[in-house]
Amino acid sequence: MCHQTVCLVARHLEANGIPTVCLGSALDILEAGRAPRAVFVDYPLGHSSGKPFDAADQLGIVRAALGVLESAVEPGRIVGLPNQWAADLAWKQDAGRTRGGDTRQARDETPQFQSGADREAALASGALRAAQAP
Amino acid sequence: MTVEYMRAITERYRSLGYAPYRWFRAEDAPPWQPFSRPLSQARLGLLSTSGAYALGQVAYHYKDDTSIRGIASDTPDAQLRFSHITENYLVDARRDPGCILPLAALRQLAGEGVIGKLADKVFSCMGGVYSQRRVREEVAPALLAAFRAERVDAALLVAM
Repeated sequence: MCHQTVCLVARHLEANGIPTVCLGSALDILEAGRAPRAVFVDYPLGHSSGKPFDAADQLGIVRAALGVLESAVEPGRIVGLPNQWAADLAWKQDAGRTRGGDTRQARDETPQFQSGADREAALASGALRAAQAP
Repeated sequence: MTVEYMRAITERYRSLGYAPYRWFRAEDAPPWQPFSRPLSQARLGLLSTSGAYALGQVAYHYKDDTSIRGIASDTPDAQLRFSHITENYLVDARRDPGCILPLAALRQLAGEGVIGKLADKVFSCMGGVYSQRRVREEVAPALLAAFRAERVDAALLVAM
C-alpha cells in the first residue's frame, strides 16, 4: 500500500516540477505504479533504506538511489540493486504466503502513539490537546 | 524471484472474506521532470511513508490518515517514532530508524558534499491509505506544498 502511495505522490510531484526517485522493496507494486524513477531493493518490507544497525548498507542503498536520480534519462525504469537480505530465502516464502491472519492494526481514528511517554510528550508540546487524547 | 505482494495480499485477504483490493495500475507513462542540477549543488527533500513522527508530535491514526509530518532533519534517531497500520513492518525501524527513514545516511552524504544540502525539514506520511482518491487529492498536494516550502530541487521518496 505504501508503495502505491509513493508512486502516486511521485507522479504528482514530478508533474508539478519536482524530480523524484522512489526507493522501495515491493517490485510488483512499483511496476504497477510506474513511478518516474525507481530503485528496488530486494529486502523484506520495512527495510527500503537498509538493514538495521548496518550503516554501510543504508549508506550504499541511499547513495545508489541518488545516483539513479542523477543519471536516469527515461521515465519509468526501475533499477534493481544487487543487495541480498540473507543467504537464506525463507523470508520470501513468508512474505509471499497467500494464507494467514490479518496483519493490520484496527482502523482506529485516534493517534496511535508508539508509547504512553510519546503521548505525554505530544501533550506537553501542545501538539496534542487533552480533549483529543484517547 | 521477487515476492508477488499484490497477488499474495489479495489472496490472503480474499481467504479472510474481504473483497479484492483494486491496486493502482498506472495506464499512462510517468510524468517526467529532468533533474538538471548537479546533486552536489542541490537541496534534497525526503519523504518516508512509514508513519514517522518526532517525539513531541502527534502520532498517525490508522483509518486512512492523510496528514503529513514535517520532521527536522537534524532530529536524533532516539527521538524518532513510528505509527503505521501495518506495525508488523516497523519492528526494525523502531530499533533503527535508518531502515526506512534514512536521515543519518543523508546527513553523512551532505557532510561529504555528495548532496548540496539536506532540506531543513523532511516529511512523513502514513502510506497505508486505502483510498487512492484521498492520496491524490489530499496527501500528494500537501506534500507538494510542503516540498515547495522547503524549496527542494529534488526528493527521495522511501516506501515502506
